[in-house]
Amino acid sequence: MSAKSVGVTGTRKGTTEAGAALAVRALVKTFDISAPFLNRLIERKPRRYLRAVDEISFDVPKGGCLSLVGESGCGKSTVARLVVGLYSPTSGEIAFSNSGGEQGLTTMVFQDPYSSLNPRWRVFDIVAEPIRELKLRSTENEVRARVEELLQTVGLSPRDGRKYPHEFSGGQRQRISIARALATEPAFLVCDEPTSALDVSVQAQILNLMRDLQDRLGLTYLFISHDMSVVRHMSDRIAVMYLGRIVEEAPSETLFEEPLHPYTRLLLDTIPALDAPNRDREITAGEVPSPIDPPSGCAFHPRCPLANQRCKSERPAVLLRDGDHQIACHAVEEGRYAPAGMT
Amino acid sequence: MAPVETAKAPTAKRARWRDSDLWWSLKRSPLAMAAGALLVVLVIAAFLAPLLAIQDPYNLAALELWNAELPPVWQHNGQWPYLLGTDVQGRDIMSAILYGSRVSIIIGIASVVVSLVVGLMAGLAAGYIGGWVDNLLMRVGDVLLSIPTILMAILVSAVFREILPTDLRDGFAPVILIIAISLSAWVQYARTVRALAMVERGKEYVQAARLLKVRPGRIMRSHILPNTLTPILVAATLNFGLAILIEATLSFLGVGMPPTEPSLGTLIRIGNEYLFSGQWWIVVFPAIQLSLLVLSVNVLGDWLRDALNPKLR
Repeated sequence: MSAKSVGVTGTRKGTTEAGAALAVRALVKTFDISAPFLNRLIERKPRRYLRAVDEISFDVPKGGCLSLVGESGCGKSTVARLVVGLYSPTSGEIAFSNSGGEQGLTTMVFQDPYSSLNPRWRVFDIVAEPIRELKLRSTENEVRARVEELLQTVGLSPRDGRKYPHEFSGGQRQRISIARALATEPAFLVCDEPTSALDVSVQAQILNLMRDLQDRLGLTYLFISHDMSVVRHMSDRIAVMYLGRIVEEAPSETLFEEPLHPYTRLLLDTIPALDAPNRDREITAGEVPSPIDPPSGCAFHPRCPLANQRCKSERPAVLLRDGDHQIACHAVEEGRYAPAGMT
Repeated sequence: MAPVETAKAPTAKRARWRDSDLWWSLKRSPLAMAAGALLVVLVIAAFLAPLLAIQDPYNLAALELWNAELPPVWQHNGQWPYLLGTDVQGRDIMSAILYGSRVSIIIGIASVVVSLVVGLMAGLAAGYIGGWVDNLLMRVGDVLLSIPTILMAILVSAVFREILPTDLRDGFAPVILIIAISLSAWVQYARTVRALAMVERGKEYVQAARLLKVRPGRIMRSHILPNTLTPILVAATLNFGLAILIEATLSFLGVGMPPTEPSLGTLIRIGNEYLFSGQWWIVVFPAIQLSLLVLSVNVLGDWLRDALNPKLR
């Protein structure tokens, strides 16, 4: 949080073309992570910047769910915070359709069910806060009725409103968090790894609840996760992020059946399979490089089994294949990749 | 539904208190209970001073010079009703102590409240807003902390004494003391609250409130403040004892409460002069009262710190 944002030239509002609830164009977020002024002066260190999000573009169709996946540190949570407005973009554009983001607000379901609810507030007040703050109901009786309705919507009892967050389990807390997000009557919801802190069995319950809510309330989701199996359950489209860039974006089934980018295939390999628990997996050496000093050319080239000289020097452009399958990879472009499933 | 709830509230509250960890912990600590009981007795006695005392020590006309320098009743020459004896002006020591404790306690509470309010606001602003606000407030605090409290208090007293006209000086003595003590005490609260506010600021429930465009003042007050109060409560309790001690020290040094409206410190200063001429009771009893008061507050504060520390449960 200590990193400061650099030069605000990006915009956050406007209107999208028809069909998209959210359109993001060439979004960049740079953090200033320089040492304090005096240290720079004494140690003669230059200013340092971290490019957390590097020219990202995507659309989220109305009523759909786009997932951003990637390892820790790839910038997916930064995108979420940019979209809801907790960070302001360095450059680029974030545009909501008119029916989205009411009163200029976008709500979010947070990752950590333990820190996302104020421990000193009763659940009723937590869920009522958006209603009271935005004056969505005029009388206290209407607020009460609305909160009770919301608690029931997410599968809790209206009587739970009297309790404090510490009296609930992680999954129940995440339900409260969802109820609070729904209290603003959103059309668009950003979910930042809403299940990653939960047990697998509870994860499924929360994901089912979210799908159910999407059908009933016509919500649009931007879903952030590092877990491919969770993403498969939730999304219509998936965008794979690596070091601040989107390397591949495709409809869910296409991405799972026909992954093109070597990194996507690496991610898919990480899903445990019940029918082949000890199958051979391609072991890709190395960790995610530091985004402070990203590799030249294609950011994935140090870990990529297909990398060649061009990958090291030239940043791959985003190519469109089969209508709606976007990919940024020289190896795919040149046709020197092994087809999926052959590894 | 709502009226039913309010009607039930007092009993529900009492039941919750009886259920609470704090009550459970108090019951298991006889020392804390004794200190608490003693403190309650001392405070009540001090505030009922006009009813309990046999004379008004502020009223010079009521003093009986022929009853001066009487020893405590249990000693030879001791006289009823002067339980703890009298001083050289015939002032009843017991009455002076009761009135003096009242002055000391009021100044102690007031300076804790003033420094608490200032410290909470400064700490919240520094921790939540950060940046130059944080730098400014914390450097001011550092400067104030680098001056010893007693020195600072003497400085403030001296400055105010210069500014105020002579006839106002005695009346404003308590206010000067409260300002002098609060001036260095608020920094400790501010630092604690700042550190806690910086932690809370990064938590997701604060971000959720920021998404709703809740005003920063409101976020600080209703979200962050309640989550920083526990350690502050402990510090405030311990500082109450400290404030009484500083007040006594200042009065003992002659820059605190005037002899016409003596606090415990003033009584000890006056009595100190007679210690070696044999009238020990003039200084010893106010000193014992001061020790009991501060000791009971400190024992209670220590207990509270342990009771509110989840790691020691």
